[in-house]
Amino acid sequence: MSSEPRLVQGNEACAEGAIYAGMRFYAGYPITPSTEIAEILAKRLPQVGGKFIQMEDEIASMAAVVGASLTGVKSMTATSGPGFSLKQENIGYACMAEIPCVVVNVQRLGPSTGVATAPAQGDVMQARWGTHGDHPIIVLTPSSVKETFELTVRAFNLAEKFRVPVILLMDEVVGHMREKVILPEPGELPVYDRLKPNCSREDYYPYRADWDKAPPMAFFGEGYRYHVTGLFHDESGFATEKPEVIDLQLRRLHNKIYRHLDEIITYHSEQTEDAELVVISYGGTARAVSRAVKLARQEGRKVGIFRPQTLWPFPEEAVAELAGAGKKLLVAEMNYGQLLLEVQRVAAGRCAVTGCLQTNGELTQPETILNKIREVYEHAPGN
Amino acid sequence: MLPEIEQYFRLEKLPHMWCPGCGNGIVLHCLVKAIDKLCLDQDRTVMVSGIGCAARASGYLDFDTLHTTHGRALAFATGVKFAKPELNVFVLTGDGDCTAIGGNHFIHAARRNINLTTIVFNNNIYGMTGGQYSPMTPNACRATTSPYGNLERPFNLAELAIAAGATFVGRATTYHTKQLTDLIIEGYKNNGFSLIEVVTHCPTSFGRHNKMGSPADMLKWQRDHGVTAMRYENLSPEERSDKFIVGVLHRCEAPEYTAEYQKLQEKFRGR
Ligand SMILES: Cc1ncc(C[n+]2csc(CCOP(=O)(O)OP(=O)(O)O)c2C)c(N)n1
Ligand code: SF4
Ligand SMILES: [Mg+2]
Repeated sequence: MSSEPRLVQGNEACAEGAIYAGMRFYAGYPITPSTEIAEILAKRLPQVGGKFIQMEDEIASMAAVVGASLTGVKSMTATSGPGFSLKQENIGYACMAEIPCVVVNVQRLGPSTGVATAPAQGDVMQARWGTHGDHPIIVLTPSSVKETFELTVRAFNLAEKFRVPVILLMDEVVGHMREKVILPEPGELPVYDRLKPNCSREDYYPYRADWDKAPPMAFFGEGYRYHVTGLFHDESGFATEKPEVIDLQLRRLHNKIYRHLDEIITYHSEQTEDAELVVISYGGTARAVSRAVKLARQEGRKVGIFRPQTLWPFPEEAVAELAGAGKKLLVAEMNYGQLLLEVQRVAAGRCAVTGCLQTNGELTQPETILNKIREVYEHAPGN
Repeated sequence: MLPEIEQYFRLEKLPHMWCPGCGNGIVLHCLVKAIDKLCLDQDRTVMVSGIGCAARASGYLDFDTLHTTHGRALAFATGVKFAKPELNVFVLTGDGDCTAIGGNHFIHAARRNINLTTIVFNNNIYGMTGGQYSPMTPNACRATTSPYGNLERPFNLAELAIAAGATFVGRATTYHTKQLTDLIIEGYKNNGFSLIEVVTHCPTSFGRHNKMGSPADMLKWQRDHGVTAMRYENLSPEERSDKFIVGVLHRCEAPEYTAEYQKLQEKFRGR
């Protein structure tokens, strides 16, 4: 990377961030508005000794990513709503078999084919619960080009550390936006590689780990000769139907995430201390919110912004604190109120929670948010 | 079990879960014999399987083994092989796994000519789920979801593979074991996508519904209906109607995908 600022697109920052993080295997299927990520990586990966393959569909892409990751290569795929739906079964497989990988979803307006080029944030819940069965999931969401680069690197670090699929939930606004940025130099951001076993084959139990940790991961082809399955399995990796073993496995899968929230959850909050009203927003919408908050402050209203970079696990503690302090909360997002539900759950009636929701395929304008801020600020009940 | 093949099994995982008289064990036996004859490095050989009775085979074999999702074995295997082409990758899949839910991956793996040795356990039925018809169930056969006889026509899997671009295609049965072992050896040696279709018997979910008799009767049926290409040539159209050819069905040369990509990498590395 050069230290000269240059004009970079969000999707390009994602592709470059992935290479920076050490990603050397990409499998995908083209879909607007994520396609640039594939196009850039098709060109870049062979240059850096990596592999790019365009698979026959998104199901196959997700499968190939898991297969590649098992050989020790950091792997990723990128898609948008319709393709994200197709990936879900094998995302569940990656959760179950604990395969590190990154899945990028540059959201567009849905349901179904929707509007391919229209911004939306309608996949917040799909990212959380898209695959079947109880499972934890890490979902990160960037708001700018620079942050897209940084969160892509972070997504790989978390995937490697916790042996999970990590979802990078972008949106059309951030994916297609161009900003002048200085991308980080090598060494500037931490890059984490998965732990490998240091024991012999005889002593290797592929799924033996502390109650809240991910086990070290052997690479295929290095002599450990172990079994990987999407069936519930014991620490040897082989299928089991014993309720007590299933219970232990599922608990560990959750604990390895929920006992390490400090490492996983990040957010950005501004002017929340004195605020009477805090706007909670993320991704492309949060950009309009920043502007709206500035205007509201100029009008003398005490308004702040809380912007989670980690959507899941939800930054429950931080939001509970805002609610506990009796601040009015306004959730701005481009959907019918998906994160709003979560904020309401956490606020648990301790403060007024309102939505500023838009799903017509247009980016929410700062004026729309400002009007809502005024309305809630004046009229919503305080504590 | 013969001592020379014992080393390829996870003996502690046996006995297997298959029904008495199931053909799957015979296929496994031929597979490890082929691997033994090929002297493959056990540490650098990967078995990838889908979901189904046949796909459970991976769990019994002492290699790196990947038991995936239904129909997707070839797509997972593509990831393994493409990421690390120096590994020997075998794909073990059922007829439903490979040709129904996995049909798209099958034609595309063949089209790419990626170096995977794919063994399709064709028992003409969804065995694991109790005998529903598959895209390989012959017309008029009975299955739990075709109680009045199957209205659909089966694939000719070999021709499908050839049309899609596979560079080695062979067919054997669980009766023709020597031939099966040889075909797996030939398939492995082919530098590209190889299909070995094994006509195998599922007495529980197919034989029972179709009055095929005992497992031994089903093997005899294979013996009498699987014929060499030469014999097939000399049969009348009527005699051909219930026969199928066993042996090497197709072989050709084409660029192999991972090797082509490697060339591309060498050309553009560092640019
Ligand atoms: C996505 C999905 N759909 C359906 C199933 C249920 N299912 C499991 S095995 C199977 C059929 C397997 O048939 P085949 O591939 O012929 O293997 P066999 O059992 O005959 O060896 C089905 C439908 C599943 N596991 N996953
Ligand atoms: S159901 Fe059929 S294929 Fe499955 S184990 Fe039994 S005999 Fe074999
Ligand atoms: Mg079958």
